Amino acid sequence: MNNHADSAVHQIHRDDVGAKMGMWLFLFTEVLLFGGMFLVYAVYRYQYPSQFHLAAMELNTAMGTFNTIILLTSSLTVALSIAALQNGKKILSLILLSATLLFALMFMVVKYFEWTAKISHGIYPGSPELLAKHNGQILFFGLYYVMTGLHGLHVLIGMIVIAFMIVFVARDKVTTDNYVKLENSALYWHLVDLIWIFLFPLFYLIQ
Amino acid sequence: MSVDNKQHIGYGTYILVWLALLAFTSITVTIAGVSLGRYTLFIALSIAAIKSALVINIFMHIRFDEPIFKTFLAISGATLLIIFLLTFFDYIYR
Amino acid sequence: MANDVAVKSFYQESTNKYSGILSWLLTKDHKRIGLMYMIAILAFFVVGVIIGLLMRLELIAPGRTIMDAQTYNTLFTLHGVIMIFLFIIPGLPAIFGNFFLPIQIGARDVAFPRLNLLSWYIYIIGAILVLVSLFLPGGPIDTGWTFYIPYSVRSTTNVSMALFAAFVLGFSSILTGLNFITTVHRLRAPGMGFFKMPLFVWATYATAWIQILATPVIALTILLVILERTFGVGIFDPALGGDPILFQHMFWIYSHPAVYIMILPAMGVVSEIIPTFSRRTIFGYKAIAMSSLAIAFVGYLVWAHHMFSSGMSDTARWIFSLLTFIVALPSGVKIFNWVATMYKGSIDPQTPFLWVMNFIFLFSIGGLTGLVLGSLATDIHLTDTYFVVAHFHYVMFGGTGTIFFAALHYWFPKMFGKMYNKKFANIAVVAYFIGFNMLYFPKFIMGYMGMPRRYYDYLPQFTIYQEISTIGSWILSGTIFFIIGYLIHALKYGKKATSNPWGGVTLEWHIPSPPPLENFETIPIVTHEPYDFSQLKEMKDE
Repeated sequence: MNNHADSAVHQIHRDDVGAKMGMWLFLFTEVLLFGGMFLVYAVYRYQYPSQFHLAAMELNTAMGTFNTIILLTSSLTVALSIAALQNGKKILSLILLSATLLFALMFMVVKYFEWTAKISHGIYPGSPELLAKHNGQILFFGLYYVMTGLHGLHVLIGMIVIAFMIVFVARDKVTTDNYVKLENSALYWHLVDLIWIFLFPLFYLIQ
Repeated sequence: MSVDNKQHIGYGTYILVWLALLAFTSITVTIAGVSLGRYTLFIALSIAAIKSALVINIFMHIRFDEPIFKTFLAISGATLLIIFLLTFFDYIYR
Repeated sequence: MANDVAVKSFYQESTNKYSGILSWLLTKDHKRIGLMYMIAILAFFVVGVIIGLLMRLELIAPGRTIMDAQTYNTLFTLHGVIMIFLFIIPGLPAIFGNFFLPIQIGARDVAFPRLNLLSWYIYIIGAILVLVSLFLPGGPIDTGWTFYIPYSVRSTTNVSMALFAAFVLGFSSILTGLNFITTVHRLRAPGMGFFKMPLFVWATYATAWIQILATPVIALTILLVILERTFGVGIFDPALGGDPILFQHMFWIYSHPAVYIMILPAMGVVSEIIPTFSRRTIFGYKAIAMSSLAIAFVGYLVWAHHMFSSGMSDTARWIFSLLTFIVALPSGVKIFNWVATMYKGSIDPQTPFLWVMNFIFLFSIGGLTGLVLGSLATDIHLTDTYFVVAHFHYVMFGGTGTIFFAALHYWFPKMFGKMYNKKFANIAVVAYFIGFNMLYFPKFIMGYMGMPRRYYDYLPQFTIYQEISTIGSWILSGTIFFIIGYLIHALKYGKKATSNPWGGVTLEWHIPSPPPLENFETIPIVTHEPYDFSQLKEMKDE
């Protein structure tokens, strides 16, 4: 009915580079967000080095390592799914995306068991057991919950995004010639992985 | 303008990078068990930096993408570095 | 091009199939979104002004005048939160940046129009949350806009809600910044190289970088305080081992660069207005463009000068004091280049130019007293006094606030296609100047004499200054309402504005007033330098 309105959409040609640029800029805000978090961590670790060591002993390194491997693998599958789509292999791409989603779910399940184990030992924010500990340990566990929690929230968001991508690829909204959405989602997912690459040694590997 | 004329990365490269990432993970876990005193943190962070460089360059394609993205990345990295450095002028000398 | 009659303006055509209010609420047009920001932001500005008036009225005499101390505490907090998060930070970029940035680079819209609309909604949601926090049980927030720990963890008022509102508003700011950076990189018209962009675009571009690289830090800090309040997570609370000074670091890591989010676009507007009314190309174009980036960068190096008396290390104190003086360099570069532009120009002292004169006077006082506060020794004496309040208002209100009105008067004919009453406008400039200095200058004196900020009561020797200040607040707010009044009047009864009432040469003056839906019939090919006034003759011939 309104020709002008339609042309407004179409005249702004598709700009994949622009879309990716927007995504990268968004990722930088995430980097700064977690960067601030790491700054808080760095300051407190500097102030309470031995307490951080003591507290970190209580974390389960095996679970942390397992989760690292899962997340790295999920990063691989999402990268491969783009390559598959570029080669026109829609089904393979879908399988790889579903695998990514599955790995993400596994990560969250492990995280769930980790947290519940801690909570059942009475270590959670505000618990009498935690408050009885040294200040440095209260801070360590406060940061542990906040940072892994914030990261977990990003995993959840990433799962939703990837689920959408599965639908889009299945319905040919994301195709061999138009896959910038998938690329951007993958960028987001890699960022989630990147943050974990730093969280892992800082929490699980202080021995 | 479309992404198509960009260089595509093959499955093989991705899998190699993934293997490298797993290798670095096992190294960092192993080293954490050894008592190296003050170097432990430094080594752990260096390995994390190498791993993230791999992810950013290959998985996130920044090596093959628009050069301006690299500049952007450098800007945000520098910002973060400055914030860390200046904050520690307070804590180190307190 | 110049025959405005044939072209339909963006008011008459819409990006969607709706008409009436829905065509605005669902629009993807950057100009309409800019105007929607304008309505919302002006509304909150008026609220902030009224709160300021009430505070000044309370302070007209020692002791209780019209309110109790707790009400006063909530009022100065709200005045700060509303003016900073709802007015000054979004003010220039969201209104004028949205409206003019795409036009000035020869684009039809921003890179992500839908995201642009979304950030308006996020802004509105954040603003509503601020308002809701006033009326929930618990009472309005009373921590001051800085939310310092430990009081913000202990206060029983609705701190979490207000903090969450600030978090949401930060999101809106980030999305706007992201949009502008991508727009500048991807949508410049052919021929519009980076060094042919108008300086307002440069300034807004630099601002956008601060928006995306600083705002996440405050978002995180706010989140941490909310978590601390809600779940008792030990982060900043000294009772749980935390370091309240770390909160101050995190807060100012954002909030100092945020000062440049507020002032940089204003400097950009000045760089537009001065060449237009001097009929002379800007002096030192590259220096001004680069100084915007330099200010954005240096803004990250100086945050802890807000914390000289907080108890941080001596080394950090002198380092930050030293670094603070660096900010004066790029700011000085701008001032000198502006003045040099006017030199030997044929100055046409119309209303927007007069506003800029106002700015240069007020902002210079603000900037120079900033040096007094930036040097460690004097700051120890003056910190937390009215001196800081006066400095802050001279910089933010005298700087950005004044330029907000300058931009409004400069671009009003372009945005609405109507011209306001210039005689009224010139009276307003003078009244604003008188009111402003009466309101804030006595605060320098009081602060120097030791009057602490945020106090409900004061010693009798301050009475005369407080009275002058309160009377000044009446003149200033009267002027503001007068301005809003004659501008609204002009919307309906103003004379029709031509496409180029001031003789400007940047791209917005090449298109009709108000602009058509997609700004340009055909995307222009840019051949001229941004402030090349030799094109004025060709423009008239078109």
